[in-house]
Amino acid sequence: MSGCRKRCKREILKFAQYLFRFITGSLNTDSVEDELEMATVCHRPEGLEQLEAQTKFTKKELQILYRGFKNECPSGIVNEETFKEIYAQFFPQGDASTYAHFLFNAFDTDHNGSVSFEDFVMGLSVLLRGTIQDKLKWAFNLYDINKDGYVTKEEMLDIMKSIYDMMGKYTYPILREETPRQHVEIFFQKMDKNRDGVVTIDEFIDTCQKDENIMKSMQLFENII
Amino acid sequence: MAAGVAAWLPFARAAAIGWMPVASQPMPAAPSERKRPQDGLVILNVSGRRFQTWRSTLERYPDTLLGSSEKDFFYNEEIREYFFDRDPDIFRSILNFYRTGKLHYPRHECISAYDEELSFFGIIPEIIGDCCYEEYKDRKRENIERIMDDAEDDISSENRLPSMTARQKVWRAFENPHTSTLALVFYYVTGFFIAVSVMANVVETVPCGSLPGSVKELPCGERYALAFFCLDTACVMIFTVEYLLRLVAAPSRYRFVRSVMSIIDVVAIMPYYIGLVMTDNEDVSGAFVTLRVFRVFRIFKFSRHSQGLRILGYTLKSCASELGFLLFSLTMAIIIFATVMFYAEKGSSATKFTSIPAAFWYTIVTMTTLGYGDMVPKTIAGKIFGSICSLSGVLVIALPVPVIVSNFSRIYHQNQRADKRKAQKKARLARIRVAKSGSASAYMQSKHNGLLSDSLEQLSNDEEQALVSKSGSSFQRQHHHLLHCLEKTTNHDFVDEQTYEENCLEGSTRNRSNSHTPSLSSHHGLTGTCCSRRSKKPFRLPNSNITCSHPGSVQELSTIQIRCVQQSALSNSRSSLNANIEESVKLNCEKSYITTAVISMPSPPATTPEGDDRSDSPDQAETNIVKVSAL
Repeated sequence: MSGCRKRCKREILKFAQYLFRFITGSLNTDSVEDELEMATVCHRPEGLEQLEAQTKFTKKELQILYRGFKNECPSGIVNEETFKEIYAQFFPQGDASTYAHFLFNAFDTDHNGSVSFEDFVMGLSVLLRGTIQDKLKWAFNLYDINKDGYVTKEEMLDIMKSIYDMMGKYTYPILREETPRQHVEIFFQKMDKNRDGVVTIDEFIDTCQKDENIMKSMQLFENII
Repeated sequence: MAAGVAAWLPFARAAAIGWMPVASQPMPAAPSERKRPQDGLVILNVSGRRFQTWRSTLERYPDTLLGSSEKDFFYNEEIREYFFDRDPDIFRSILNFYRTGKLHYPRHECISAYDEELSFFGIIPEIIGDCCYEEYKDRKRENIERIMDDAEDDISSENRLPSMTARQKVWRAFENPHTSTLALVFYYVTGFFIAVSVMANVVETVPCGSLPGSVKELPCGERYALAFFCLDTACVMIFTVEYLLRLVAAPSRYRFVRSVMSIIDVVAIMPYYIGLVMTDNEDVSGAFVTLRVFRVFRIFKFSRHSQGLRILGYTLKSCASELGFLLFSLTMAIIIFATVMFYAEKGSSATKFTSIPAAFWYTIVTMTTLGYGDMVPKTIAGKIFGSICSLSGVLVIALPVPVIVSNFSRIYHQNQRADKRKAQKKARLARIRVAKSGSASAYMQSKHNGLLSDSLEQLSNDEEQALVSKSGSSFQRQHHHLLHCLEKTTNHDFVDEQTYEENCLEGSTRNRSNSHTPSLSSHHGLTGTCCSRRSKKPFRLPNSNITCSHPGSVQELSTIQIRCVQQSALSNSRSSLNANIEESVKLNCEKSYITTAVISMPSPPATTPEGDDRSDSPDQAETNIVKVSAL
């Protein structure tokens, strides 16, 4: 009851203020501008030497990476929207937003909703200069949406659907509803050795190391930079 | 510490000498200075234009890009300069900020370009100097309003039909009548009935001639009471139904009930229901008749149909403070002059100015220059004050009007601009789509060239080199490689729109000519698809027909399922590929085998896909070649 009374008092006060401002002609405070004063978050990465020590890139490579990064995100951090936009530019035919979402979560290792240059460069270091084991671990981490150490069929289905979404509508053969599901079945039959419905990281790494194609394709992107 | 203060630190430390004589305790030791590098010139190369400044100038603001170690990322060892690939014109103002401590906004620059540069160099726009801050803020607000309008249009025209519930659909139909024909019909019907209802209210009161056998002139409402009652009932029915539908479909009922339009709706239909409830009680019906006046509020329902009305309403709302000021000042003036006139006219006999409130009427009529003449001052003092009153009335009323007018003009023009932008947007989007499809078709084109070059690998290396060198910039090549990897992952190919349409048509014709078969594969009803490409998985062609009929190990089956499905999607039996060729579907697979033989002859690939009107089957042929030769 007292809360109600307090609220009533506040409402009356607000109304009286409004009336006062109405009479004296000072009603139009620039409310639009208050919304503009959003804090411009700016993030500055650690020094070049520190990053060089923490990752497997040389100084020149880091410079090149940073310039590209800074161009797209002048504020120094990428939030999910910007990440999705950037990633979507590479796949004009399809819808890359879901996959970009998963990718973002994989890069954002400290789960604070934004990817700083350090996160970005650490991730890239694993992807481009890491050992096969590291790369596989990273891929497993990408598939494991809830990061619980197991990849279930549902998680895999989500990932698969997002990959197929990137293809868009105009494909040959025509993309059908059950294609991602079937692809997931195939994947599980290959990976899930003990048939318990989930893929653990060891099963994953084991199976991948035995598969030549996967091993070969992992080496594909070594010389990106 | 605030930016810029760092430069004043040495002065403050020197001035501390003044404390020494008065100090009661010995001073602490000064912090040891690390040997700082000589203050040298720094060259900032911005897109070719060289700016030079002292290192210490830049270090004045350590929380910006140029003042911190972040600029090391942009240092180029060979030319020993800091190279920035940004706009040199805007960089001028940014560098001036470091030199003078004041950030200026160049008026001829686009506001968003300037903002981007500021955020790139890590400078917050709040430190723009007073001379330029207002302009900056105005331009920014304008820009944001413009972008908000565009965003609203995007949201409203988003195609979210499949995922909407019936309730959302109904709400959307009400808010944007242009989305479906039913909504449009309903929109026009309600508009018509609003007009009819208002006209009926008006006509009701017109004298209609007298009843036969009586002299008195009756208003139409009483003469044709039943007809008007029926008309009123019909209108109110429609309004009630509309209101209830809106109430049910509203995403937030509470907010809907509080909104102005719903209040108008309620007020418009209330009198009717109250009239139904009330009986023919003489005392109450007098009050009831006055309630009828609320029926005129139905005319406000037109504001949903007319944008001009909405603009007017919005203007009045946004000029609320000017209007309030106008009212307040008028009230003040009225009270002053009424009092003065009352006391001035008190002396004269038989005066109409019986009290101050009675003088209010005179003051209002005089100040608004109406001058009915039913109350006039008779004394000289009264006449003098009356003329002062009318002169000041003109001034007081004229003052806030331009503000209201300019507000209305701004909002009206904004609306015009919004309509113009909507019209331009369609053309813009169409052009952007064409450009986008251009990039996608560039990929198709390069795929053709790329695959041709792949197939030529075994045949001739020189031609391949020539083709590869024609395939565009390195970025393009890498991008296409990425798209190619995606194709390989999903086992589907990108095609352009036309081929897709063709495939769809052919798929549907095949569908009719085939019967469904229970197949081992999980591709239920795959009859719709054409032969798919083979995947890059280990390919054992000779064994396929055998293992098709034997469900081997699960793993083998998985890979073979794909292959069988790919090759003979519509086979009625799990027979070998070469047998049972019944439908035209397999013609494609067949074709591929046929052309395999043809292409294995060393001949330029451009001539082989002859007679193939479908652009993708040559690709198919090529990949088949590749795989066969890879065995």
